[in-house]
Amino acid sequence: MIWVDTVIQGILLGGLYALFASGLSLVFGIMRLVNLAHGDLIVMGAYLILVLVTILGLSPFLAALIAMPVMFCLGWVLQKFLLNRTLGDDILPPLLVTFGLSIALQNALLETFSADSQRLPTSALTTASVQAGPVSLGVMPLLTFGSAILVIVALNQLFYRTELGRAFRATSDDPTTASLMGIKPANIFATATGIAFVIVTIAALYLGLRANFDPNIGPARLIYAFQAVIIGGLGSLWGTLLGGVIIGVAQTLGAAINPEWQILAGHFAFLLVLLVRPRGLFPRAND
Amino acid sequence: MAYSVTTQTPASRIAAIAGVILISLLIALPFFAGRGTIQDMFFILTMLVLAQFWNLLAGYGGLVSIGQQAFVGTGAYALFGVVILWGVDPVPAIFCAGIAALVIAVPTAFFAFRLNGAYFAIGTWVIAEVVRLLVAQWKMLGGGTGTSLPRDATRDMWFIESIESTLGLRSAAARDVLAYWLALVLALATIGGIYWLLRTRRGLALAAVRDNTEAAKSVGVDAGRMKWIVFLTSAFGTGLAGGLIYMQKARISPDAAFSVTDWTAYVIFIVVIGGIGTIEGPIIGVLVFFALQTLLADFGSWYLMTLGVLAVVVMLVAPRGLWGLLSEQTGLHLFPIRRRLTGGKLASSEE
Amino acid sequence: MAPLQTPLLKTNGLVAYYGDFQALFGVDIELDVDETVAIIGANGAGKTTLMRSIAGILRNAATSVSFDGRPIGAQPADEIMTQGVAMVPEGRRLFPSLSVEENLLIGTYGRKSRGYWTLDTVYDLFPILRERRNNPGTALSGGQQQMVAIGRALMSNPRVLLCDEISLGLAPVVIKDIYKAVPAIKAAGASLIVVEQDIAQAMAFADRVYCMMEGRVTLSGTPDTLSRNDIHDAYFGASQ
Repeated sequence: MIWVDTVIQGILLGGLYALFASGLSLVFGIMRLVNLAHGDLIVMGAYLILVLVTILGLSPFLAALIAMPVMFCLGWVLQKFLLNRTLGDDILPPLLVTFGLSIALQNALLETFSADSQRLPTSALTTASVQAGPVSLGVMPLLTFGSAILVIVALNQLFYRTELGRAFRATSDDPTTASLMGIKPANIFATATGIAFVIVTIAALYLGLRANFDPNIGPARLIYAFQAVIIGGLGSLWGTLLGGVIIGVAQTLGAAINPEWQILAGHFAFLLVLLVRPRGLFPRAND
Repeated sequence: MAYSVTTQTPASRIAAIAGVILISLLIALPFFAGRGTIQDMFFILTMLVLAQFWNLLAGYGGLVSIGQQAFVGTGAYALFGVVILWGVDPVPAIFCAGIAALVIAVPTAFFAFRLNGAYFAIGTWVIAEVVRLLVAQWKMLGGGTGTSLPRDATRDMWFIESIESTLGLRSAAARDVLAYWLALVLALATIGGIYWLLRTRRGLALAAVRDNTEAAKSVGVDAGRMKWIVFLTSAFGTGLAGGLIYMQKARISPDAAFSVTDWTAYVIFIVVIGGIGTIEGPIIGVLVFFALQTLLADFGSWYLMTLGVLAVVVMLVAPRGLWGLLSEQTGLHLFPIRRRLTGGKLASSEE
Repeated sequence: MAPLQTPLLKTNGLVAYYGDFQALFGVDIELDVDETVAIIGANGAGKTTLMRSIAGILRNAATSVSFDGRPIGAQPADEIMTQGVAMVPEGRRLFPSLSVEENLLIGTYGRKSRGYWTLDTVYDLFPILRERRNNPGTALSGGQQQMVAIGRALMSNPRVLLCDEISLGLAPVVIKDIYKAVPAIKAAGASLIVVEQDIAQAMAFADRVYCMMEGRVTLSGTPDTLSRNDIHDAYFGASQ
């Protein structure tokens, strides 16, 4: 019975990883950009929410709601004025610029908030659990998983049901021809990164509510997000969710055997998938 | 007058002479410099080696790795392993460090080469994490907390006795001098080796692959094989440097030996700021890096933040780095690898 | 009956470069309202460069292209499109991630102008597209893809439609089908610039013809004033 419980906790943990990964997947899908600062941006989002909670005395959920437009603007500006300048055939500039950004951001957070670990204030809701048969499920993990599904559904709707989504796909296919449709690729990319930052904020909310965070944990979040994306197959959001779940289950199973093996088990699951399905479980046809 | 193909430039000939003088000075350094200077120079030289190998990977091979700490850490742990478990002398153990890194590099490449471009970068990082976590499980070498080299091993190292008597130093200082000389040899061999590699047919092929994989393939260059050669070479060299660095430190822990900041972030910043894709770039970069570190060391995280921002700015404003700016302005090439036609009538039309 | 009217679209000593390579050397062409102009010339004559310059994919000096009397030469493609200059690019360039219908809909992204052309009227013009509306654009035959590309450009109800090599690589019977759409396009109020390699085809539908060679206009006039020999010389260079 303990195994069923472990697996279910792992699946729910996968929801968190899918949230980490969705923004990464979105940005890569549209402009083939891998943002190495993604994990640090999630941590920054958590600090932003923390600051809003502390200063305005809001609940973390409300604070996240306020943080979203702020983060959207930040993402928009970052893409428009910095990252767009790195796009092109050469993969070095975007990688090195976002890597520099990652280190700069980590240390800016360290300087501002110190290395002490923080946590968003929890309420009765965040510590509650529901009994589902023999298994007890935390409300917070359930909420995280639900949010991940909601984010993925919303992104899919955006992509396949709206004019903006068409513009995203068209620009991703062929920016020059897209500009003949009246699309400004630079702005489309900026908007995409803005949306990714909104998802980053949601991920940051649950990161901060579920566990302690400090300025140094960003890179590990980037790695989990990356693993979820690769396992799922580039460009498939549902695949990303499954990728997150696989990492989550591997980690909780590993931890159940030996607490020191938690992270290692996740990495092994990733390497195993890479070994048997190098293009991920749901690869997109034209990549 | 006959034509001849040469890579020499007047500047490179002057540089060669200046180089011989500089190298002589560097060799003689322990005879007149204090222990602090020797330690600083050791740091500069080992970082230079790491930077040259990362530059070979990313700047020439187009393989952006952020997992070089895998090879530093593996090399370092291999050195500690053979010294502690098998009683090998630390000096020859450095060679084992390189071999161990090479061994780890094979499965790393096998996995990471399945990932394209940007994802290759994170893939190498994941593997470095895996190696770090595995090493932390190795209880005989101290597990997560790490271990030290046994005292008699460091005291009785090769050459130590003669350095002690020649320079009149105590054992710890003599070890620094030995480490410095070894680092100097490694740095010179690295620069010389990479320079040689880039001037051979292989090096030309490498440039071709970097510039245009498809076109290179069509003239018979095996891009996949070149990637393997570059990756394994730089893993071996990085492993040697890792072994040497920790032979000097004589104390190791997984978090330090597999630190992405120390062994990859710094190295990337050195190369980017100095000038990626050139041999001169990392040399300039490591000097700028050391100057910044000396100036800003007291400011802790501000220092790293400055480096990060500086790398971003350089990448956007001057993607060929400081050396790129300099050689664009002056046409200077200290390690010319471009083949130029000289003699005959064409001599003056080049550049 | 408006002899001094300013042309709708005009290039003025247009020069264009690809890096160091100069592709256009002072090209002057004009397009009047309701006119159809054909541009003919051999491969490499600069026809596509001219179209890309007008559409804004290549940026030029502001005054080198004017539309409705306003200089647009320095504007980017998206701004030019918004003012009513749409292009059917060489090679069709459908978006592979979009269905046929989505490819048509994206044509209105920058310009939502009420006019004759809607999804329905485009489907009426090319009925086969209605049947295949949910297919990916790239699953269609070459001729059908060309219809999508034309429909996509029409969706914004452009005042000027630039068509670059719309018959390239298509079977003669398919080309005929596509050119059958030209009268309807003109009737809906668009003026056309069509790049065409087939001289006979160009002569058949154009009000005026420009012939280009090596980045310059070598001949221009109405089809009835141009002799085969003039065109031959302008096309391949004078044969002394």
